[in-house]
Amino acid sequence: MAAVTQDTAVSTGRVTRTFLYVVLGVFALFYLLPLYVMGVNSVKPLAEITGGNMMALPRVWTLEPWRAAWSTAQIGIEPTGLRPYFLNSILMVVPAVAISTVLGALNGYVLTKWRFRGDTIVFGLMLFSCFIPFQIVLIPMALVLGKLGLAGSVPGLVMVHVVYGIGFTTLYYRNYYASFPTELVRAAMMDGAGFFQIFWRIMLPVSGPITVVSVIWQFTNIWNDFLFGASFGGTSQPMTVALNNLVQSSTGVKEYNVHFAGAILAALPTLFVYIVAGRYFVRGLMAGSVKG
Amino acid sequence: MGFLDISHVTKSYGQVQVLHEVDIAVQEGEFLVLVGPSGCGKSTLLNMIAGLEAISSGDIAIKGRVINGVHPSKRNIAMVFQSYALYPNMTVGQNMTFGLEMHGVPKPARDAALADVAKLLQIDHLLDRKPGQLSGGQRQRVAMGRALVRNPDVFLFDEPLSNLDAKLRVDMRTEIKKLHQKLKTTIVYVTHDQIEAMTLSTRIAVMNKGYVQQLGTPKEIYDTPANLFVATFMGSPAMNILPATVVMEGGQPHAEITDADGARRLLRFSQGNLAEWADKPILLGIRPEAITDPEGADRKSANIQPLANRVTVTEPAGSDTFVTMTLSGKDVIARMRADAMVAPGEVFDFAINMDKAVAFDPATEARIPQ
Repeated sequence: MAAVTQDTAVSTGRVTRTFLYVVLGVFALFYLLPLYVMGVNSVKPLAEITGGNMMALPRVWTLEPWRAAWSTAQIGIEPTGLRPYFLNSILMVVPAVAISTVLGALNGYVLTKWRFRGDTIVFGLMLFSCFIPFQIVLIPMALVLGKLGLAGSVPGLVMVHVVYGIGFTTLYYRNYYASFPTELVRAAMMDGAGFFQIFWRIMLPVSGPITVVSVIWQFTNIWNDFLFGASFGGTSQPMTVALNNLVQSSTGVKEYNVHFAGAILAALPTLFVYIVAGRYFVRGLMAGSVKG
Repeated sequence: MGFLDISHVTKSYGQVQVLHEVDIAVQEGEFLVLVGPSGCGKSTLLNMIAGLEAISSGDIAIKGRVINGVHPSKRNIAMVFQSYALYPNMTVGQNMTFGLEMHGVPKPARDAALADVAKLLQIDHLLDRKPGQLSGGQRQRVAMGRALVRNPDVFLFDEPLSNLDAKLRVDMRTEIKKLHQKLKTTIVYVTHDQIEAMTLSTRIAVMNKGYVQQLGTPKEIYDTPANLFVATFMGSPAMNILPATVVMEGGQPHAEITDADGARRLLRFSQGNLAEWADKPILLGIRPEAITDPEGADRKSANIQPLANRVTVTEPAGSDTFVTMTLSGKDVIARMRADAMVAPGEVFDFAINMDKAVAFDPATEARIPQ
């Protein structure tokens, strides 16, 4: 396939090709520049930054800002560093991603293979949730969390993100399973497999690409969420809120090197998920959009 | 009472009735083919036997047990799907034993059954492969193997050969027939291909618009079609249908065909009972192979009628030559020996085997009993 694309692509001369790569390289550098600034300044002593020249490499290399950001920096009123909040985020994001993905897969399975009267309306209503702005639901959500006794806790945040994520994960899995041959489900039924056996043995094993999409999407959104975390986090605030508290503190000296290190720490998990699963991402997004 | 009894079965979706009062009793070991154009209800009927679609009214019974509300897996039936429906994530062996596993059959028994069937179908070397690594014919075998391994009372086939190329289709057809002769299983087979229906079946149910048009052996269906639909649907090329009038000549009923230029031709019927249709219009049905050159005419026939007419087209097909002429404004196809001396444009002496001719009532389209 690759050979074919090369042959059929518009033929380009050596000069054009070089020009293209130079332009692409320049753009790549331009977009990498902020990361460079963050990286370089997170390993400098504060004095070098305040002394000017943000772009230069550090004269004295130090990991102290990272250590501070992780474990000793002043977050709000406690000098705990980002570590406990990182843990909060992990405790929130892992169950929230897992539960919303599993529920989305089950929904998609039911909406395509066990269709019932009014299933398209149910699906349409679920799609609505993809378009509701976060801010609108803050107050009703606070009421519900309060009634359930989950306000200000990690399980409360998990519930909020699961509820918000189901619309998207259902959309992904429904579209993916819509192109899954129904005859396979019928064959499994005749073979004697039940509802969950068909799901577990027939559908899930071929759901890899769409699961990657769902996990990346949910992980990124939940990890990066600030509004719900700030509103409902209470004493178990996630990483994003803590980072804000670290960076926005209005008293004392602004420790830019620590702030840079903290920001990178906050972005690392999503980066990790993208690198591990990213190559399936586009493949999964496309799956089900065209028959084939 | 049969082995598989379909009695007064109907199917409606809301106001739309797609199956009307189907009554078929299938005997043990029988190979019943449901054939008809798309939308005739044949697949719906099969799915109802399988339990994949609910029965609106009527009963379906296997071995005397009514199975209307019984779950598909508890009917002791197996189905071969059009797309084969092999589980892509499992090996051939796992595919074939999945049903046994779901029914709680212990592993040694499963392996023994798998080995037997794999040997029968000559797919023992494929057991560790995934369906994606198989050719079309191999997938077809695996799909049949998956059905066979469960040793069901009734096999259901839903257009199993329609995804294969022409050559392979003929081979697999023979293979299915061999398998049926060897195993003597009861089979219900759905197809829209009338040649598959004729070659495979012990009985055929021809369906159209939700009605069973005719139920009978292939020979009955072919030689004495119940109505115009069955007559034209079964057989390739299709039966020639000509408007004609019954006239009495010398005490014998004849079909009178009027050409576009007003010329009249008379063909004597072999059967006398058409006399009561004297002077009434009928539709005359003649199969292409009943129109030949005089040397190629059926020697056993007692009633070969000559007919001189101009040949419009000849189509040599190797084994036969198809000759087209125009009669009463319609193209009529004759099927002749390959070496019949026919040339387009010339007037040729056709020989029509009127023993094989059938007549239909133009109003009801039913065959007039002879």
